[in-house]
Order: sequence, then structure tokens, then C-alpha cells
Amino acid sequence: MIIIFPFVLLLAGLFSGAVWADNAAVSEMLDVYIQQGAVQPDAQAGKAIWLKTFIASDGSIRSCTTCHGNDLKQSGKHVKTKKLIKPMAPSVNPDRLSKTRNIRKWFRRNCKWTIGRECTVVEKASLLAFINQQ
Amino acid sequence: MKGRNIVISSILVLSVASIPFVWSDDDSEEWQEYSRHSTGVAKITNPVYLQECGDCHMAYPAGLLPADAWQRVMNGLEDHFGDNAELDPSTRKQITDYLIANSADKSDYRRSQRFAKRDKKSNDNMRITETPYFRHEHNEILARLVITNKEVNSFSNCNSCHQKAEQASFKERDILIPGYGRWDD
Repeated sequence: MIIIFPFVLLLAGLFSGAVWADNAAVSEMLDVYIQQGAVQPDAQAGKAIWLKTFIASDGSIRSCTTCHGNDLKQSGKHVKTKKLIKPMAPSVNPDRLSKTRNIRKWFRRNCKWTIGRECTVVEKASLLAFINQQ
Repeated sequence: MKGRNIVISSILVLSVASIPFVWSDDDSEEWQEYSRHSTGVAKITNPVYLQECGDCHMAYPAGLLPADAWQRVMNGLEDHFGDNAELDPSTRKQITDYLIANSADKSDYRRSQRFAKRDKKSNDNMRITETPYFRHEHNEILARLVITNKEVNSFSNCNSCHQKAEQASFKERDILIPGYGRWDD
């Protein structure tokens, strides 16, 4: 058991690496977040953040779903302009999560609007892991 | 008598000479160009602007606002009419430079020159919908046709009714208000 355990950990590490490996931009960003302290990106935690509601300073209730909707494979709608937002799920919209510049840009903007502050690296890593699975 | 002959022949010559213009194809490039200058605004020519701003809303042609208003818009992207539209400094500068160089007060399009006019109410405003020209053009449009019309939602959604707004054309014949129909002034 003592001998096997490190192997299990190693295999788990390899497996999680393989999960991200199909998307260079996601791998790069996760590496950055991991280096900054987001040790284990957790898709379940990411899902919880996606669905969580926050109360803005103007009293409005905001969530990722306000514009993107609950189903990431469906299109969303900008809450104010009503402009169509293409699906977030890379499985139906391969453009998503394909550029690190866009990942950085939208995390900065949308965390500030939705939560009222920038997301922590742990939150970003978890959200990225969650969206990447869709 | 001689003078009258000259006048008559001049009129004849001029009317014959004008036939090619009157009969020319409406869709010829020259005609479209003339027509655009008198009724339109310049099309968007900067792909970065189109992409960055068009992600969230129709990218408005630069010739719909004067330079000082664009400058204020671009200085306040962190609170962009209630939304966060932050850009990295180099992209922001690139877009700001484009908008200012092509702003309403620098355009030779007639509609842009109208958009460039300000009054006290719009002096330090940065909304296209608050410019005197916009208000004048839309003063007969009832709220139920736009603001409470779920398919339009806001005067900011030009392209909900102006079907060629994204080609920078705002001709009356291209207006179709959802749930109402064509608009005839």
C-alpha cells in the first residue's frame, strides 16, 4: 500500500494533465493559476461559482447565468443589450477558451461585474476547469 | 431675340446632358457613394474596434459621436453604462485613436455632421441617443415601439429597426420596427 500510493498520485496527476492537454490555452492558463497557488483546479467548485448569485451595489442580483444561462451548450443573451452570446461550451463552440488573451480579458471584466471584484486564482482555475468540461 | 435663343438652347443642352445622370443605374458605385455621403455615415473600417466593442453590442459607426464624447467613453470603460468593458492599454489606445480620427466632427458625411452638433443638454453626455440630432430624428417614436417592445428593448439597439445599421446606413426605407412595420415619416 505504501508503495502503491505514490503511483496512484502520479497516475492521477498524469490523468488530470491529459484532460487539459487537448486545449493549449486552457493548459497554459491553468499552469499560471497553479503556479500562483490554485493547487487543484476543481470543476465542481467551478460549477458552484457559475451558479452562485451575488448582489451588486445597485441591488441587482447577478450571476454568470444572468447573461450566459444555465446550460453552457446554449446561447446566452446580454442582460442589458440583449445581444446574443454564443455558447460557452467548447464542445459546441470551439472558439471558447481557445485564446489566453480572451480568457484573461473576460475573467477580469465579468468577475468585476458579476461578483464586484476580480476573481481569485482558485476561482478562475475552478471556473476554467468547469467550462472546459462542457 | 438672340439672347432668348441662347437661353433656350442652353436649357436644351443641359437637359440632354443630364439624361445620363437621371437614367444612371441607382446601384452604380458613384451613386451609392454620393447617396452614402448625403444620407449615411462612414462604415466601420477598424476590425479591432468591430470585434472588441461588437462582442456586447452593435459596434456604432465612429461618425455617430463627436471626438470629445468618444474620448469620455474610452476613458470610462470600467463603468461603461453600468457594464465593465475594460481593455488592455494598447487595445484601448488603438480603438480610441480610430474613433477620434473618424468621429462625427471630423467626417464629411452629412449625417455625421449633424451628429456633431451639441446643445446644453448633450454637452457632456456621451450617449448617441442624447445628441440633439438623434433626439430630433426619434422624437415621434413612441416608447411602446422601442423601450417596452421586447424585440427592440432600447434606442441603443439601432439594428433592431434600422435593418442596415450594421452597414452604417440609416435610410428611412430600411426601417422596420418589429411588431409594428415600416416607419413612414
